[in-house]
Amino acid sequence: MNPLLLIIVPLVGAALAVAWPNNRTRPWLLPVVGFVHVGLTLWLFLDPPAVPPNAWLGFDPLARAVLPAVALLFLVCGAYGVAYLKVRSERPNRVFVALLLVVLGMLSAGHQARHLGLLWIATETVTLAAVPLLHFNGTPRAFEATWKYLLVGGTGIALSLLGSFALGYASLHGGGDGNLTFVALTGQGAGLSRPWVLTAWVLLLVGYGTKMGLAPMHTWKPDAYGEAPGIVGAILAGGVTTVAFTALLRVRAVVGAAGEGPIADRTLLVVGLFSMLVAALFLLGTRDFKRMLAYSSVEHMGILSIGAALGPAGVAAALFHVWTNGLTKGALFLSAGNLRRAAGSASMDDVRGMAVITPRSAAIFVAGMFAVTALPPFGPFFSELQLVRAALATGHGAATTMFLGCLLFAFFGLTRVVFGIVDGRPRPAVRAHGRRFVETAGVIVPPLVLLGFSLWLGLFTPTVLREAWLAAVAQLFPTP
Amino acid sequence: MSSGTLNLLIGLAMGLNLLALGSSRLPSLIRAVSLQGMVLGAMPLLMESKLDWRVGLVALATVVGKGVVIPTLLRRAMRAANIERELEPFIGFVPSLLLGAGGTIAAVALAQALPLLPEHAGSLLVPGAIASVLTGFILLIGRAKAISQVCGYLILENGIYLFGLLLIHATPLLVESGILLDLTVGVFVIGIIVDRIQRAFDSLDTRKLTTLRE
Repeated sequence: MNPLLLIIVPLVGAALAVAWPNNRTRPWLLPVVGFVHVGLTLWLFLDPPAVPPNAWLGFDPLARAVLPAVALLFLVCGAYGVAYLKVRSERPNRVFVALLLVVLGMLSAGHQARHLGLLWIATETVTLAAVPLLHFNGTPRAFEATWKYLLVGGTGIALSLLGSFALGYASLHGGGDGNLTFVALTGQGAGLSRPWVLTAWVLLLVGYGTKMGLAPMHTWKPDAYGEAPGIVGAILAGGVTTVAFTALLRVRAVVGAAGEGPIADRTLLVVGLFSMLVAALFLLGTRDFKRMLAYSSVEHMGILSIGAALGPAGVAAALFHVWTNGLTKGALFLSAGNLRRAAGSASMDDVRGMAVITPRSAAIFVAGMFAVTALPPFGPFFSELQLVRAALATGHGAATTMFLGCLLFAFFGLTRVVFGIVDGRPRPAVRAHGRRFVETAGVIVPPLVLLGFSLWLGLFTPTVLREAWLAAVAQLFPTP
Repeated sequence: MSSGTLNLLIGLAMGLNLLALGSSRLPSLIRAVSLQGMVLGAMPLLMESKLDWRVGLVALATVVGKGVVIPTLLRRAMRAANIERELEPFIGFVPSLLLGAGGTIAAVALAQALPLLPEHAGSLLVPGAIASVLTGFILLIGRAKAISQVCGYLILENGIYLFGLLLIHATPLLVESGILLDLTVGVFVIGIIVDRIQRAFDSLDTRKLTTLRE
């Protein structure tokens, strides 16, 4: 089976969406393409193809370790999209559906990219394709958020390209032949020019870190997640950030092979802890429950970055966390989308008593909040536990203390906002607005399914998944 | 290739950076950016010893894209928005110029610190690239109008393009053209958003975009 199909199928779906005449039936393309995509991904997952070492693109162990999570998330979000776009039937959805599918195709390409330039092209196409998704609501606030996303994201695009060039020059200076596949770069190892490798690492960390939303490059995130539809937030937080994270892991492997691994790890640890700290502080201050999710996402990107800094065991934990965080965050974004529609506002100042107006969405939102703050037996608890173990085993006691402290403050911040909007007596205006929102199965089942995945990952982490994560670690840290 | 001509062109591009920083009117800023794009587009032709049709194509696409299409779009947006041509900076013109000049000197110093291949040793490519990136940042941060921020972004991109020329013999043109395409689409997307902001806010002054904050 050709892994290119993972890219071609969504892009064909996107072309179909453009040509599809009917605004009412077009959204069905999302779950249909998502279903085919998940099927293909699982097939490749269970029967991994041999990847030629020089291939620019391939379903290698790292892609195998994370891409299925993104595919599953997209399928569930696609099913939610049908119900969501039915509610929003007054807006034309041709561009929205087509670009969501382009995002899926380019995410598949980015996860499988084994070439520095190709990786950049795929990631940046995702960034650009997401722009019209962000301002789907067409409000001035949405355009403001989109502008900030473009300016900050565009600078991130530019810096990661500059970093890619610097890494290319490191290879050229070291006598390389300009082969920019990660295999060739890693193979050159200590032959890479050190000063250029370090320059490249800083630029790529800032560039792809912007895409991930690591502090202090996270400033686009609260605005974008706050104004975008819930389904877009879920895919951005679970898919686009993941592709940037795998990009950093691949680059980190090259930097490690060049002998600068300790410096790379130290920067990842500092940036990760700083992201968690910033996120925890803003979580204590924010009054908007969609922006709250953005800060929670910044926090979890920090966790991933810390995991990446802790060597093989930490990376395995981080890959586990990619799954648990992506799927749990998806449940939160989708249920938050329901609450936002029913309440007509996302601010704690206006919204109260959602447990009365939309009991099911509110229940999922509260459960999701507990899951994402690492309450057992949900998945994030186990991935974070594994990460803490890796940190203690590598002697990072102070970092672990700070990590746990930030988790605690984030918990305070999240519970403050979540119970603030769920409890209490709804205001008359919100009550009247909420009557127009019906909690159909279409908007309840998808977040519930994602929450189920989170629970399943926590309770019964499949052995085959653990093996996949370890295989990816073996790819990133080859034993000499 | 003649490195003397190439360095002359890079020097010209660096001069245009300073011109862009000192421009107090939007049309002259756009003109500086468009001129810089054309100068950059011609460079690959100078670097190749024999003329390859693919290099020619990339050069032509760059000259037309950076030098003609994008500036035309920006001018049209400027006219459609009917905005005042005078720029109101966050960072004044003299401080911007001083920052830019300081940045250029720092770029030359920084480039000395990085090891270069013998064939790039006498070239201004690296200092030119760093100086343009810094200029782009100053414009992005220091200007209030959306269109001048786009110009800043374009100069930033030009700096990266200059740096990319170091790799022109090594990397396949497929990657280069993909990158060129992405950047072009990026600017188009930015153009569309500028248009929407104009309609939604009736202004292109980004100081009005302050609803979203903590």
